[in-house]
Amino acid sequence: MATDILMPALSPTMEEGKLAKWLKKEGDAVKSGDVLAEIETDKATMEVEAIDEGVLAKILVDEGTEGVKVNTPIAVIAGEGEDVSAAAASGGGPKPNGASEPQPAPTPDMQAEGQAEKSAPTARTPDDKPNAPAAPATITNKAREPVMAEFPEGTEMVTMTVREALRDAMAEEMRRDDAVFVMGEEVAEYQGAYKVTQGLLQEFGARRVVDTPITEHGFAGIGVGAALSGLKPIVEFMTFNFAMQAIDHIINSAAKTLYMSGGQLGAPIVFRGPNGAAARVGAQHSHDYSAWYSNVPGLKVIAPYTASDAKGLLKAAIRDPNPIIFLENEILYGQSFPVPKLDDFVLPIGKAKVHREGKDVTIVSFAIGMTYALKAAQALAEEGIEAEVIDLRTLRPMDTDTVVESVKKTGRCVTVEEGFPQSGIGAEIAARLMVDAFDYLDAPVLRITGKDVPMPYAANLEKLALPNVAEVIEAAKAVCYC
Amino acid sequence: MDAAKEASPAKVEPVAAENSASQDSQSHAPAPNIPQFSREDDLHAYHEMLLIRRFEEKAGQLYGMGLIGGFCHLYIGQEAVVIGMQMASEEGDQVITGYRDHGHMLACGMDPKGVMAELTGRRGGYSRGKGGSMHMFSREKQFFGGHGIVGAQVSLGTGLAFADAYTKNGKVSLTYMGDGAANQGQVYESFNMAQLWKLPVVYVIENNRYAMGTSVARASAQTDFSKRGISFGIPGEQVDGMDVRTVREAATRAIAHARSGEGPYILEMQTYRYRGHSMSDPAKYRTKDEVSKMRDEHDPIEMVRKRLIEAHGVPEGDLKATDAKVREIVNESAEFATHDPEPDPSELWTDILLEARA
Repeated sequence: MATDILMPALSPTMEEGKLAKWLKKEGDAVKSGDVLAEIETDKATMEVEAIDEGVLAKILVDEGTEGVKVNTPIAVIAGEGEDVSAAAASGGGPKPNGASEPQPAPTPDMQAEGQAEKSAPTARTPDDKPNAPAAPATITNKAREPVMAEFPEGTEMVTMTVREALRDAMAEEMRRDDAVFVMGEEVAEYQGAYKVTQGLLQEFGARRVVDTPITEHGFAGIGVGAALSGLKPIVEFMTFNFAMQAIDHIINSAAKTLYMSGGQLGAPIVFRGPNGAAARVGAQHSHDYSAWYSNVPGLKVIAPYTASDAKGLLKAAIRDPNPIIFLENEILYGQSFPVPKLDDFVLPIGKAKVHREGKDVTIVSFAIGMTYALKAAQALAEEGIEAEVIDLRTLRPMDTDTVVESVKKTGRCVTVEEGFPQSGIGAEIAARLMVDAFDYLDAPVLRITGKDVPMPYAANLEKLALPNVAEVIEAAKAVCYC
Repeated sequence: MDAAKEASPAKVEPVAAENSASQDSQSHAPAPNIPQFSREDDLHAYHEMLLIRRFEEKAGQLYGMGLIGGFCHLYIGQEAVVIGMQMASEEGDQVITGYRDHGHMLACGMDPKGVMAELTGRRGGYSRGKGGSMHMFSREKQFFGGHGIVGAQVSLGTGLAFADAYTKNGKVSLTYMGDGAANQGQVYESFNMAQLWKLPVVYVIENNRYAMGTSVARASAQTDFSKRGISFGIPGEQVDGMDVRTVREAATRAIAHARSGEGPYILEMQTYRYRGHSMSDPAKYRTKDEVSKMRDEHDPIEMVRKRLIEAHGVPEGDLKATDAKVREIVNESAEFATHDPEPDPSELWTDILLEARA
């Protein structure tokens, strides 16, 4: 029986890729383990291996094709004794045969990321319905013009991913200042576990792009020591989960030394990396540290959503003389946004952004939480409720004024975050509104958060553990009493 | 690998050789293998060590009077380590240590008034009263603390060396830790990277035999701390840390190794603290005899004093004058530290973040 070869996923968050090259041609005999094709994404490349024996009856996707969706049939293999032309004709059916799906071979990428997940359908996408068709990997968020102008009117905009924006921010600052360097696991030769440091080694060399051993506590301390001495390190954690091994240096050595030295010794250092849940990586790789770090005086904590904010704020962070926690998100890395094409685009730290204007209810969020907030606002608009969506962008110092101003107008507030409920960012917003906007509130502030459980692995449970758009909509309606 | 072999003693510094010659000219028979100090060296060491001793005694007194709060860890007995190290270092070399840090600050040339005023939590303290005994710094003197988390200074000190290598400034990071800190995991993470990247750092393990109340034998599987770098290929040696001469000699060798780009070096300084771990020490983990035997037979300051009188022919009256001068410095620091006002309440809110430059 003819079997379809499907476009495999390299990682849980991949949704499409390029079919770079066919290594077999139509009519070739194939056996299990033969490399059929090479595929690539902006992050990595991998080989597609055959798991069935037979003849490559038909190639359905030509080499060089970009944007091939995961699970799209890319070729048909005719079984032994089967009529090749008939198989070719029958292949490429719309319904993928899961059993014949080629499994991606484990790549170093997957191991490095601690994610050996193979199939895309169960991967969490920024979309909220578990069975919804996969959204295009590169989502162009056709954001309205920013409400607050942060660059001159008429500036040319270029579309880029958050990943590219972060890389460009680092590269620009490294060109500008020799004291800036990047260190971390796999930042140099591997080009970054998540490809955020892609190309930096080639441009800046091994002196300034430093691969470390797997030794978070040690290299975080070395980074802080170098910062106390006057350098400006960017310390990449492969994920902030691993920074728990280094948190003593982040807090006790970096955040407190300026105060303990009576203002003599500052630590101009950026700790950055993906934070929070990715997809199906379990409790130890999914923790959201937003609230943790935002609790600590002496730190600044940034958690951008858009590529534009990622770029402008990372550049600001690198220039800032204080220790900065820069929380990225793996799922956002591949998303695209318009970014102003300016030689030196730097945003102020500590300023929230009104991402969408509205008069009925204020939804406050940040980072990937914004995806829920914006979808909920869209859905609410269709029902005649105009939500104002505020992206905090910086969690410490927290721009309460922008939130209060909005709540003065709407009288209602819902917060959205993926982190745990207790002592979370939403709890902080609620407390501040109680003090600063008490007389304006027409309803209690409601919090939509991750559930109060360690992150489960099972796809359905993980879905349940995270916030979803329906919860945000429900909360917004509840505070509007409708 | 034999770490001691790598640390070839053949590289003995010229200073020691010169001193040795000057000793001979004064017809003092040097003990075999003990590097000799000139009169000036011994006078310098005597003054510096005595300053630490008297300063610490005064700090202990002020603590007892309730003028110093919190924790207070005295360096009494260990003075030869930091003074010998400083005698071998160059201006601009960085120093970083743990919480038993008063001696290191004085050895770096920090003002005793500013150190004592920090102990009493006054505005004239090095950290304006916001750091305390364990958290003082001086960028001017290249003293980077003063760290209260056991072992943290080892990664930080390695980072200072990283910056030295990055900027190629020719400086060396002198990173101190105790025998207790030497069991922390990050110490070995740092050893690995320091040797991997050939960072200019000298790790000085001040083995005073007790981590709080736990003796080395009860806490360490490998009690020879000079061997702690063996698996990374870092040379190390055990040094009599009670004799400032052997300290300086080993330090010279170690610092030259680090400065030449050959990477880190470990010095285990075998020393002893006379006082408790901190001021509130039960003193149940060792005998009084053990302490008094060290004081009587191996006191680093007494050894120098004896040498000055017997070998260098310094009149006792000169040494008494030095004693008086040191006491005066210490008394002035105590006077300042007890009369300087507490920080202005507005200081509560300063030095949390630096202003970003536009």
